[in-house]
Amino acid sequence: MKVLAALSGGVDSAVAAARAVDAGHDVVGVHMALSRNRDEFRSGSRGCCSLEDSNDARRAADILGIPYYVWDLSDEFHDTVVKDFLSEYSQGRTPNPCVRCNEHIKFDTLLERADALGFDAVATGHYARIDIRDDGIRELHRAADPAKDQSYVLAVMGPDKLARAMFPLGEIASKSEVRAEAAARGLGVSNKPDSYDICFVADGDTKGFLERALGEAPGDIVDETGAKVGEHSGAYSYTVGQRKGLGIGRPAADGKPRYVTDVRTESNVIVVGPETLLTVYTLTGEDVVWMAPDAPAAEPTRCLAQVRAHGEAIPASVTRTVVDGAERMIVELDQPMRGVAAGQSLVVYDGTRVLGQATVAKRLL
Amino acid sequence: MLERARTAYFEELARVGNPSALHKSGRLARSVVEDARERMARALGAHPTELIWTSGGTEADNIALKGLYWARHSADPRRTRIVTTAIEHHAGLDPAHWLEAEHGATAVVLPVDREGRVDIAALRAEVAENFDHIALISVMWANNEVGAIQPIHEIVNIATEHGIPVHADAVQAVGHVPVDFKASGLATMAVSAHKFGGPVGVGALVARRDLTITPLTHGGGQERKIRSGTLNAAGFHAAAVAAEQAVAELADEAERLGALQRDLIRRIGEAIPDARLSGPQPGPERLPGNVHFIFPGCAAEALMFVLDSHGVEASNGSACTAGVAQASHVLMAMGRSERDAASTMRFSLGHTTVPEDIDALMAVLPEAVERARKVAGTFQQEVFG
Repeated sequence: MKVLAALSGGVDSAVAAARAVDAGHDVVGVHMALSRNRDEFRSGSRGCCSLEDSNDARRAADILGIPYYVWDLSDEFHDTVVKDFLSEYSQGRTPNPCVRCNEHIKFDTLLERADALGFDAVATGHYARIDIRDDGIRELHRAADPAKDQSYVLAVMGPDKLARAMFPLGEIASKSEVRAEAAARGLGVSNKPDSYDICFVADGDTKGFLERALGEAPGDIVDETGAKVGEHSGAYSYTVGQRKGLGIGRPAADGKPRYVTDVRTESNVIVVGPETLLTVYTLTGEDVVWMAPDAPAAEPTRCLAQVRAHGEAIPASVTRTVVDGAERMIVELDQPMRGVAAGQSLVVYDGTRVLGQATVAKRLL
Repeated sequence: MLERARTAYFEELARVGNPSALHKSGRLARSVVEDARERMARALGAHPTELIWTSGGTEADNIALKGLYWARHSADPRRTRIVTTAIEHHAGLDPAHWLEAEHGATAVVLPVDREGRVDIAALRAEVAENFDHIALISVMWANNEVGAIQPIHEIVNIATEHGIPVHADAVQAVGHVPVDFKASGLATMAVSAHKFGGPVGVGALVARRDLTITPLTHGGGQERKIRSGTLNAAGFHAAAVAAEQAVAELADEAERLGALQRDLIRRIGEAIPDARLSGPQPGPERLPGNVHFIFPGCAAEALMFVLDSHGVEASNGSACTAGVAQASHVLMAMGRSERDAASTMRFSLGHTTVPEDIDALMAVLPEAVERARKVAGTFQQEVFG
């Protein structure tokens, strides 16, 4: 097969590309430049956006003996990922930009280009497994290493894109095995630190990034009765479930900590309250994507629901419904979750298999 | 690299001795440097003392622009203007902009016509109005992207009337079109050895002896104290050998390349009727090894990708440090739309190019253009979508 390997400059994508080469595929490496103004060197724990990272990717391609190109996807990245990030926060939701990047950049723009240039698949260094059933249908599963599993951020791509994706690291037992393999292959990135921050938030300071982009908008913090208990510098930079950084001097009547229970960007008000108000038993998902062909019908289907990248999967029942002509995913949790913010990605699994994905809606229905 | 230059390079690499040392090995190494200086100067129509060895064209351009600017400005503080053109190589353009940003200079960027030739009327007007404020004029001899040869003689005539020094980046010209420094009347000229079959990492600034040039690097005081640093005897030797051969073979080689150039242009025109040649028609106003086309609606990045996968190596504009293809400032300066500037491809012909290479290119180009047209939207949606 002709395979386009996305090379971020990190160890995972380099080993993934190497495995695609070993499997006998005709592999071409592409590094996506996602920012126009790139720093010379990698700093902190950002993943992909310095010139050093593109040089690391180039060296990996050299060692694998594959052609290497840099594609400028900075406009697409800005328009689909960064703008969405700001727009979501400004509407009081908490987005996951890595999900959006997988949806719009890696498995849309990149895949579309690869397709147009005659490639059969795009290989990435994500940790997830693709199982091909006897009837040819592809299933997306959690990676063999649960600690590194990234099926959560991939579920958004849907079945059509999955048919052209390749995750050579899905079966690997652990990250240390990837590093050992990289070292054995002579890849210089074998010791490169992991990345975990949002790549376009330079210093890891999301609040500061939002304030610079959206401007300060001072407003009130009120408690569940509507009484003012403090002030904030912009409602958009708060997240439901947040406890730290509220700056409320006066303790609550019950002496217990207070949490953000609602972010009302339209009135620029943050509502705080006791932990008990954060408890949710039902989640509503919008912008639903079903990965599995046996997606649940109107009848509740047993599943495991997950709302954070490395969060716990909670036993639940999922139902499909249609509200105002748009599909919704209703998830009834067996045990309550705490502090789920609108905008988070909701993924439902059948065991290790991804059933579908949706975005947590602001209101229940 | 030409075979003769390669052999000369290897032979000299074995030599021991710093050309600045006074002992026997040093003297012998120095004689290699000075022999190379004389041969190189002769090939360029310059006096040996006018030749300042550098690490390449970029360094030579930087010494000329900054060194001349500082010296001329220091002699008369009114001289703050650097007159240049919109189609210069970045090695010429960026020092001018840097001097503007950091040293209070004013970069005057002259427009060019549709074929990429500098607007002489605009130069005349600038000189007439501001002659005693102009520190220097900097114009490339021939453009690297579209091959347009600039009217250096006319420019020098306009400048000389007012005693303004003219620098030319002749990196693309030497070995490809006749270059005679003395006859040109230029104050300074930058050359680069690898562009005429010599080694990468060697170049020269040819500078008239009556000029004051403020040095950029300080140290051992080599090269008229303008360019300190241990002399690269083997590199200079190889560069001189290459320059001699390139200049000696220039007439024949230009005719040979010109024939290939005209053949390729004709065949592209027949196979891809809407393709448009950029720059002047083949002849005295165009470098013989340069073929540059706009393929309307065809994303250059995609075309490069497809051609590369077929073993054809061609370029679109220039790449930034990260390796991202960028829209050409030269095409934009020539009045082309962003869409056209993103649809270009340059085919460079050189001493290794043979007619079979043109056949091989034409065997894949029409289909590659078709394919790159189909995928243009996925490459630059804002331009082709």
